[in-house]
Amino acid sequence: MRLNLVYFAWVRERIGKDGETLDLDALTVGEALAALRLRGENYIWALAAPERLRFALDQEFVEQQAPLREGAELAIFPPVTGG
Amino acid sequence: MAITVRVQTEAFDATAETLAITAGRTDIGAVASFTGLVRGNDDTGALTLEHYPAMTERSLRDIAAEATQRWPLLGLTVIHRTGRLPPGAPIVLVIVAAAHRGAAFAACEFVMDYLKTRAPFWKKEEVAGTERWVEARDDDDTAARRWE
Repeated sequence: MRLNLVYFAWVRERIGKDGETLDLDALTVGEALAALRLRGENYIWALAAPERLRFALDQEFVEQQAPLREGAELAIFPPVTGG
Repeated sequence: MAITVRVQTEAFDATAETLAITAGRTDIGAVASFTGLVRGNDDTGALTLEHYPAMTERSLRDIAAEATQRWPLLGLTVIHRTGRLPPGAPIVLVIVAAAHRGAAFAACEFVMDYLKTRAPFWKKEEVAGTERWVEARDDDDTAARRWE
């Protein structure tokens, strides 16, 4: 599944980039996380605790069980702290 | 109903924003507003706000639209700043206009509670010469849940 990944806050800092386009062996958000963790220590550091993360698919909040769409934008970030 | 949503680095003028809603109207009987400021103490310095540009304005518009469905509102403005902001600086402004105060107070609180948990902003604070990401608060989740 080809995805446009974007990362924010400490997820971005730990992975070391603000985004990338990747072809991942994954059908859901949770499977995308597992596939990303295979890519190296920095990904494991950022994504080891999915319960501390939030996800948006094409700019809409989704849960880990959400199915992916070809070419979608998957954003991974910590719980929000605005306001 | 006019909804205004802006994400900007520059400061906002709450008085001017209120007048933009109320000017020339006689049906508005209540305006409630909330201004959030960067809170500091002896150890903490400025905050830097990161956001998700493709999603931020849309999420604020969704929250504002939800408020107009729940209460009979006559005007709603949400402005959120990004970038580096020193202690004492205004960071967020919500203005709600309605015929009566009940709707204005409730909608103003609702918008802030949802913004705190659903709008993609992240604060990094400067503490004693280093930086750290602000942790989300359980209190904010609890506050947002009471509207469900």
